[in-house]
Amino acid sequence: MSTALEISALSKSFAGVQAIRDLSFAVPKGVSTALIGPNGAGKTTVFNMVSGVYGVDAGRITVNGVDVTGMPSRQRIGTGVARSFQNVRLMPHLSVLENLLVGQHVRASSLGALLTPYRLIPNHRWKREARAALEESGLGRWADETVSALPYGVRKRIDLVRATLAGASLLMLDEPAAGLNPSETNALRDHLKALMAKGTTLLVVEHDMHFVESICQNVVVLNFGEKIAEGPLSRVRQDPRVREAYIGSDGEA
Amino acid sequence: MSGYLTGVLVVLAFNVMAAYAVYLPLAAGQLNLGIAGFMAIGAYGSAFLTNEYMWPMWAAIPAGALAAGLTGFLIGLPVLRTHGIYFAMATFALGQVISAVFLNLEVVGGAAGYPVTDYAGPNVVFAAAAGVVLLMLYISRTRFALELTAVKSDATVADLLGVPVRGMKVAAFALGAMVAGFGGALYAHHYNFVEAQHFNVLLSVFTVLYVLFGGTQTVWGPLVGAAFFTLVPELLRASDQWRYALFAVFIIVFMAIRPQGLVTAALFRLFRRRAPEASS
Repeated sequence: MSTALEISALSKSFAGVQAIRDLSFAVPKGVSTALIGPNGAGKTTVFNMVSGVYGVDAGRITVNGVDVTGMPSRQRIGTGVARSFQNVRLMPHLSVLENLLVGQHVRASSLGALLTPYRLIPNHRWKREARAALEESGLGRWADETVSALPYGVRKRIDLVRATLAGASLLMLDEPAAGLNPSETNALRDHLKALMAKGTTLLVVEHDMHFVESICQNVVVLNFGEKIAEGPLSRVRQDPRVREAYIGSDGEA
Repeated sequence: MSGYLTGVLVVLAFNVMAAYAVYLPLAAGQLNLGIAGFMAIGAYGSAFLTNEYMWPMWAAIPAGALAAGLTGFLIGLPVLRTHGIYFAMATFALGQVISAVFLNLEVVGGAAGYPVTDYAGPNVVFAAAAGVVLLMLYISRTRFALELTAVKSDATVADLLGVPVRGMKVAAFALGAMVAGFGGALYAHHYNFVEAQHFNVLLSVFTVLYVLFGGTQTVWGPLVGAAFFTLVPELLRASDQWRYALFAVFIIVFMAIRPQGLVTAALFRLFRRRAPEASS
């Protein structure tokens, strides 16, 4: 089976503090994976290195078979990897549709595309495509709203649509369910399942184990920057090292 | 049209062009406080070509604009490594340096100023300003403008979505410099005289004020801001010297209650929503 993401012998330290130590794991295509661990375990650091926000000290990162280790962050979207941030980062003053149009950049980046006055062309294909993607996710009625005026749960899902329009086949989600109410969480779960059914692979950092269980087939557990367990959640839960790492929240993991 | 009115409208045309020169980089979040310097390059460049090389005005003015744009591009590459207030300070210093260079450049008259031969009448100035506005309207309808806003709003996310953040900033800065140079070149040929002292800090700062007052969220902001700052002081002429005080108080109050500027995207959406409601 080919891999969506392969991380081998990855290390990173900040001012002498080892954030990630000799970390290796793989996310096979179609096998959505959760990255869990106590606070400060290095989960977000892994996201930052895969997306290129941080460089690596040592090791190798491969996305869909392409070595992205030294690749500028800007070019990585071209290999099919996109990410979300813990607090959704859409452009707040732009409309939903405009945010989605920015997401299309990677497929419309030529000088001609940049200088096409798409706003003067009624029903331009970019707008049509963005609207269609919104409709498909049941978010069509928000298309012309300013993002900052929208409920948090809707913004999270618009972030997903934007990543989809960017052509992401590997989607890294940083605490997608955090701050959502139960119905918003359900809507998000359905949205993610629909994406997975269409071939998107997820790598999820999440504390809500019920949520993890419902969308991820595999779990990688980090503690102090090291991998301490890997496998299906039911098995990882029984691992003594995982239980030890989670002391204080006994039985949760 | 009376001579007075024509004079005021010509000033308005120059202010509009200058305002768009500031607006372009500002749309990407870059405050250029040295716009007068780029106007000076356009003014002196085109004046030099007409005076010394007998270039016709219609060739010399675009050449002056290109010279300013090229300078913006070359300077933008290193200067755009700085951010926020440091970038603003760098452009501020740059404007001063350019002005000082022309002040001491004997070949273009130095401090005595530089008379310019070819004359561009008011109609040429109006047409040029209208051209700049149309160009900006066009740009505002493209992906380029959208991505400048994205860069301003969240550069990290724009970068992760593949937007060439630095390239966008340099392009906006250089294009802005070119528009400034274009306005400066026309200025030289309309007033037939350039002096380095005209392209001073106040000119740069006032231009920024037009844009901030009009609002940076939409392409109409700079036009409205420049029009307001040019026309209102004229209308208040009857109140004599008090007009400056009245005007200053008004600006302070306005910026305090509406820091986003006069024309905003939300305002447009409000009108757009009202229109279909009214027709249904």
